[in-house]
Amino acid sequence: MLSFLLRRLLTFVPTFIGVTVVSFVFIRLLPGDPILLLAGERGVGEERYAELIKQFGFDQPIWRQYIDYLGGVLQGDLGTSFVTKKPVVTEFFALFPATVELSLCAIIVAVVLGIPAGVIAAVNRGKFFDQALMTTALVGYSMPIFWWALLLIIVFSSGLGWTPVSGRISFMYFFDNVTGFMLIDSLLSGQKGAFLSAVRHLILPTIVLATIPLAIIARQTRSAMLEVLGEDYVRTARAKGLSPLRVNGQHALRNAMIPVITVIGLSVGTLMAGAILTETIFSWPGIGKWMVDSIFRRDYQVVQGGLLMIASIIMIVNLTVDVLYGWINPKIRKG
Amino acid sequence: MSLLEIKNLTVEFRTANGPFRAVDSVDMTVEAGDLRAIVGESGSGKSVSMLAMMGLLPWTANITADKMEFDGQDLLKMSARDRRKIIGKDVSMIFQEPMSSLNPCYTVGRQIKEVLRQHTPLTRSERQARAVELMDQVGIPDPAKRLSAFPHQLSGGMSQRVMIAMALACKPKLLIADEPTTALDVTIQAQILDLLIDLQKTEGMALILITHDMGVVAETVDRVSVQYAGQRVEEQEVNALFTDPHHPYTAALLAALPERATGKHLPTIAGVVPGQFDRPKGCLFSPRCAFADDLCHSTQPGKASADLGEALCHHPLKNGQPVSEEPA
Ligand SMILES: Nc1ncnc2c1ncn2[C@@H]1O[C@H](COP(=O)(O)OP(=O)(O)OP(=O)(O)O)[C@@H](O)[C@H]1O
Ligand SMILES: [Mg+2]
Repeated sequence: MLSFLLRRLLTFVPTFIGVTVVSFVFIRLLPGDPILLLAGERGVGEERYAELIKQFGFDQPIWRQYIDYLGGVLQGDLGTSFVTKKPVVTEFFALFPATVELSLCAIIVAVVLGIPAGVIAAVNRGKFFDQALMTTALVGYSMPIFWWALLLIIVFSSGLGWTPVSGRISFMYFFDNVTGFMLIDSLLSGQKGAFLSAVRHLILPTIVLATIPLAIIARQTRSAMLEVLGEDYVRTARAKGLSPLRVNGQHALRNAMIPVITVIGLSVGTLMAGAILTETIFSWPGIGKWMVDSIFRRDYQVVQGGLLMIASIIMIVNLTVDVLYGWINPKIRKG
Repeated sequence: MSLLEIKNLTVEFRTANGPFRAVDSVDMTVEAGDLRAIVGESGSGKSVSMLAMMGLLPWTANITADKMEFDGQDLLKMSARDRRKIIGKDVSMIFQEPMSSLNPCYTVGRQIKEVLRQHTPLTRSERQARAVELMDQVGIPDPAKRLSAFPHQLSGGMSQRVMIAMALACKPKLLIADEPTTALDVTIQAQILDLLIDLQKTEGMALILITHDMGVVAETVDRVSVQYAGQRVEEQEVNALFTDPHHPYTAALLAALPERATGKHLPTIAGVVPGQFDRPKGCLFSPRCAFADDLCHSTQPGKASADLGEALCHHPLKNGQPVSEEPA
């Protein structure tokens, strides 16, 4: 197990370096001068411009800039934002809880609804529920997030007025940032209605972000279950007189979980992509919105550092998934 | 009252090409403590008939019967929930492929104890003790330690022993062993069969052994039903069946036994079991039967009398020669 983990961690090295290269090059390929953008309409004098170029190290050849950057990264220094002058790492961890809160809610909704739906569809293969579910999943899967979010806002926020349009909590409430998770902090604050407000703000973004993973998980669960339901050990379980819940939800599902866990792991990547859109639409102050804003400002260091952090998280999630495989099906542990 | 009584059991599968009759008007009566076999070639509906009784067929199966009673309880009228209280407890079944019949995700111990949890009021520690006892009873060395093994760590023979332990957990009145040794090495086959016969005696349960091996039948069971293309074509005590088979199919099966072959070559039965699309009009065995005449090719036979093994034949054999008998 330990050697497996070490081997996997070793494969992180080339991926990690690859991400630094790509993010470093990507942001520089975009047209637009970060210093001019920073100066805004007031503009900047020639002398001051040269000074800033030197200060940010843009006068160096590009490979030199990259080496300096990589050196910093290896020491845990992801640089400083041009705009806010705060270290990228600090900003990242200040905004990260908002994204985690939203992503976690979305993935929980997707898993809690998607897996049972897939199981029920597989058990009732070909019947009405199965067909209705698979059609819905196909629609959900192909839904453009942007359009879907606007539709929900029009109906539930503007039309019915049930949910707020943007932000994480109503301005009425003000309390200390303890964990960074609004749901928890609002409870800790003990203010009446704060928690409810946080929940109401979460609903629409969660639905939007959960839609695609939910559809993927439901479909994958269904197809994995269909494969497993024909297995001999499922017949054995039924021959024991176990209830359908135990047979399908335990004996069959556990064996069907491997591909499902895989897509759950993969949808963390999708979730990050989705978060960028969702956070922008709902003005959700998280990593996604931060990345978009920084790209518009050509805030090189933030974009590089942020992408690197996101990639690292995705790699860690994938590693966790691999470890889970062996835990779910001991047969895999051997190899 | 018989332990198991089945009258006129028919199973039809819905398939893309229309209905397929896998079991056709099969009768079976099993008394408590009986030791019997169902014999027949591959595809003759042996497994399907027993799976129908257990309620384990997929929803595409349409099951009809005049009577299907176990231990005085009507299986036909019973709800699925009530039937689940019987299967795994009073009647259990083991299968052909022991390796794939155990769930790879759970330890052997868990899979055995699960049956006990489902059907008995035993406490956790009592279940543990019973599981060890069962593993010991089926001849697994170091039983307490083996309980924490996963199925992939066991050989085929060991897996089948575990399956047997699981089936025996609640002291069933009837055990159905569906070709329990087909997937195993020859040496292991004999061990598993001996174990089953042993357990049948010590536990006093009835055992239905499904097999296609007439040789196995001769040495082990008391009574035999022979199945062909979904129909039960004959049923007799084992000695009577071997000395005087009444259905030409049984006679042909016996003639194909290596120890009975007279010439240099093993006689085989020409042709194959009819499938969904080549069902003959008259007797299902007529295309392969040495004694078939026009009547056999045109009309389905009825059952002969009990002293002729209820042979499903127009001209049941007596001492190897056909007698003309009108259906009883
Ligand atoms: N779920 C199913 N759907 C359609 N046909 C089936 C199904 N299960 C079994 N059959 C068909 O029913 C027939 C009888 O099958 P069965 O498994 O009972 O044969 P068997 O006598 O047990 O043979 P074997 O010795 O190979 O186990 C076969 O032709 C098989 O193809
Ligand atoms: Mg079979």
